[in-house]
Amino acid sequence: MCTTCGCGADEVRVTAVGTTDAATQPRGHDHGPGHAHPHPDTHPDTHGELPDSQDPTEPRTHTIDLEQRILAKNDQLAEETRHWLGDRGITAVNLMSSPGSGKTSLLERTIHDNGAGRPISVVEGDQETVFDATRIREAGAKAVQINTGAGCHLDATMVKSGLEKLDPGNGDLVFLENVGNLVCPAMFDLGEARKVVVISVTEGDDKPLKYPHMFAAADLVVVNKTDLLPYVDFDVDRCEKDARSLNPDVTWMPLSVQRGDGLDAWYEWLREL
Amino acid sequence: MHELAIAESVVASVLERTGERHVTTVRLRVGRLSGVVPDALSFCFELATTGTALDGADLQIEAPNGRAHCRQCGQDFTLDDLILLCECGSADVEVVAGRELQVTSVEVV
Repeated sequence: MCTTCGCGADEVRVTAVGTTDAATQPRGHDHGPGHAHPHPDTHPDTHGELPDSQDPTEPRTHTIDLEQRILAKNDQLAEETRHWLGDRGITAVNLMSSPGSGKTSLLERTIHDNGAGRPISVVEGDQETVFDATRIREAGAKAVQINTGAGCHLDATMVKSGLEKLDPGNGDLVFLENVGNLVCPAMFDLGEARKVVVISVTEGDDKPLKYPHMFAAADLVVVNKTDLLPYVDFDVDRCEKDARSLNPDVTWMPLSVQRGDGLDAWYEWLREL
Repeated sequence: MHELAIAESVVASVLERTGERHVTTVRLRVGRLSGVVPDALSFCFELATTGTALDGADLQIEAPNGRAHCRQCGQDFTLDDLILLCECGSADVEVVAGRELQVTSVEVV
């Protein structure tokens, strides 16, 4: 458990909203074989700081070359999910943003308008509560809620559990609504076909340069709440220019979920997936 | 703060290869464009290794610079951030290094 920000591998819960199920699925957090091994008194590569670091009886060490990607397991699991989805004609979209940008509202409206032209189901990620999955369910789509506890992003393990519980129909469009956070979710492949970043004009137009990894990873940037542009200091052109400096080919889509402006482009994008 | 998840992945990857042997040093390659902060990762590494065969291991992080190749003028240059722009003015730039996130080697007893 990280005492700086609270990130942690606490229990992750996957809940199928609308059923009596509230299953708890602990996330793997194997810390290995514990202390059944001898500890050397000192480290072999001392920095000259420890008074006992000169111990001549220090055990000899040997090097094991690994040359392995740190996120190899996550990425392998994500690839398995991608195949599993592909075999069923299901397309998954990873939806990322800071909290409050309107991800869930965008999904509610899309479900209501049948904007994707095919059934939608949703894996919701939040630290706590089943609020968002309940909203999706009430909008008329299947949803499961993943509660990450202290965790700040979804990973491939959580999404695999979520999809098993969600049981999306063949040919569905599945949204993976990530934990509201413009930093951490950018790192983790979930098995999606596309990454979408949603920002809203109330957040400020400096977000692409402040959170470059997220915008560099995106296939599509949705700029929501354009109905509020007359009331906020948000330069859409500057924001687009900054996003393109990180990601020249990114698709750029200003819209207003509230008023409906620009939704046709969103629906067209979804129908082409 | 995804560094804890990264640190846990490091521990899992290493244990898979080293079993119950005590690990005294872990070497990582964390590119400067990878989105991982070495200081935060070091902090989380201590937490993630507690009670494991990596407990107390020294963490050595190699942080290669970002490198890019301009498809327009053919120049290779250092990339300090994720803004894809060559000094020739082209944004048709390919990142060729700096995104590494790897366990390179470990020392075991």
